[in-house]
Amino acid sequence: MAHLELDKVSAAYGKLRVLDGIELSVAKGETVGLIGPSGSGKSTILRVLTGLLKPETGSVRVAGETINFDKPADIRTLRNRTAIVFQQYNLFQNLTVLENVMIAPIKVHGRKRSEVQAEAENLLEKVGLANKLESYPDQLSGGQQQRVAIARGLCLKPEILLLDEVTAALDPELVSEVLDTIRELAAEGMTMVIVSHEMGFIREISARVAFMADGKVVELGAPADIFDAPNQDRTRDFVGKILRH
Amino acid sequence: MGGFFSELASLATYHNIVFLAKGALTTIALSAFGCILGGLFGTLLAVARLTSGWLSWPLRAFALVFTEFFRRVPFLVTLMLCFFAFQFGGFDVSTLTVGCVTVVLIGTAFLAEIVRAGLQSVHPNQWHAAAAMNFTLLQTIRYVILPQAWTVILPPAFGFFILFIKDSALASQIGVVELTYVGKVFNNRGFSAGVSFGVILLAYFMLSYPLSRLGAKLEKKLGTSRTR
Repeated sequence: MAHLELDKVSAAYGKLRVLDGIELSVAKGETVGLIGPSGSGKSTILRVLTGLLKPETGSVRVAGETINFDKPADIRTLRNRTAIVFQQYNLFQNLTVLENVMIAPIKVHGRKRSEVQAEAENLLEKVGLANKLESYPDQLSGGQQQRVAIARGLCLKPEILLLDEVTAALDPELVSEVLDTIRELAAEGMTMVIVSHEMGFIREISARVAFMADGKVVELGAPADIFDAPNQDRTRDFVGKILRH
Repeated sequence: MGGFFSELASLATYHNIVFLAKGALTTIALSAFGCILGGLFGTLLAVARLTSGWLSWPLRAFALVFTEFFRRVPFLVTLMLCFFAFQFGGFDVSTLTVGCVTVVLIGTAFLAEIVRAGLQSVHPNQWHAAAAMNFTLLQTIRYVILPQAWTVILPPAFGFFILFIKDSALASQIGVVELTYVGKVFNNRGFSAGVSFGVILLAYFMLSYPLSRLGAKLEKKLGTSRTR
């Protein structure tokens, strides 16, 4: 059974249609990469999957259960199963690194502070920030904040991890560290949807890649097919331009 | 000048000083009521305006109408409105009670707007992150938004508190014996306007100055900007 299933999902910001009949399913433990030009709707899919944007039509199913976006209980379930790492990190500016990672497990999930703290410190060490526990987000570089955001997402113990351009703000030396962390997660069997412009990484880590344009999934397939032998002109065009760099 | 001081000395009888102190206490009570209860209710209204979903629309509508109405009606008119509303309803309450209810109504409306503006000044991505992690609205406000909104809330709030101490003088119009009323009584007893109101002026300053110092202190302590 698909872990995550989008069926003819359309969504709009006001009058601007951003998703137009999205069909996408992600199996349990699978990593799916979303690529495509800016404004093609990649990040919007992640926003739908965290209940931040309600689809106009179509349905979203998680582990076979259809999410009713008008029911707060359904939205809560959806959000308990997923964790998102935002492109802009969205760390809480008033909290330290450690508190950022700990607050939701403690306050929302009601877990024990001591237990969460051990886990949070462990995660932060894993992303190379063991010496920044007491720092505030504005004292960190973009790449460091990005890694805090990843640790924060993981501390929620999600079934499904949604990553939005997690390497966009990283300096080249750190990209590999973050990518290693993500690789590990994939190997551990986390279900992931990854939006990225890092084509080499998408190609390596994804079981399948979806190429998106104008709010539609233009082509979906194995990385080798999408990058080396795309069926659609639109995909060939995009991949060609990207790989020429 | 000698006349001023000798007059001041003759004003300083035990009876007058007690009278003045009582007036000051009433002014403090009115201001404190308006600022503290107004701040509390105002925060509730501000939060009510940030709710979403169709179930809570009456709450939002009430908050909006209340805030907009009492911010637009002059203090004195609200005071008269309350005064006659109590009379019409057949409630036999003191003018001080009427004054207290009025200041709470006005304080609530103004502080609701100040708090709302502060809450909304925090970057939307902070709200999104909290929502995606299943924070409730109240958790989001308490742990994430309010701590970042102090910078925006405190300066206008304390500005309002200080204005408010002075505006409470209008309660003298319905016979509440607060500072301004005391000044009028001194004046009517034959003391010159300069001495009567000079003393009152000093009393107002002594009330509002520590408050603005407190505001500045709090701004320093809570208002360290961490928003980008």
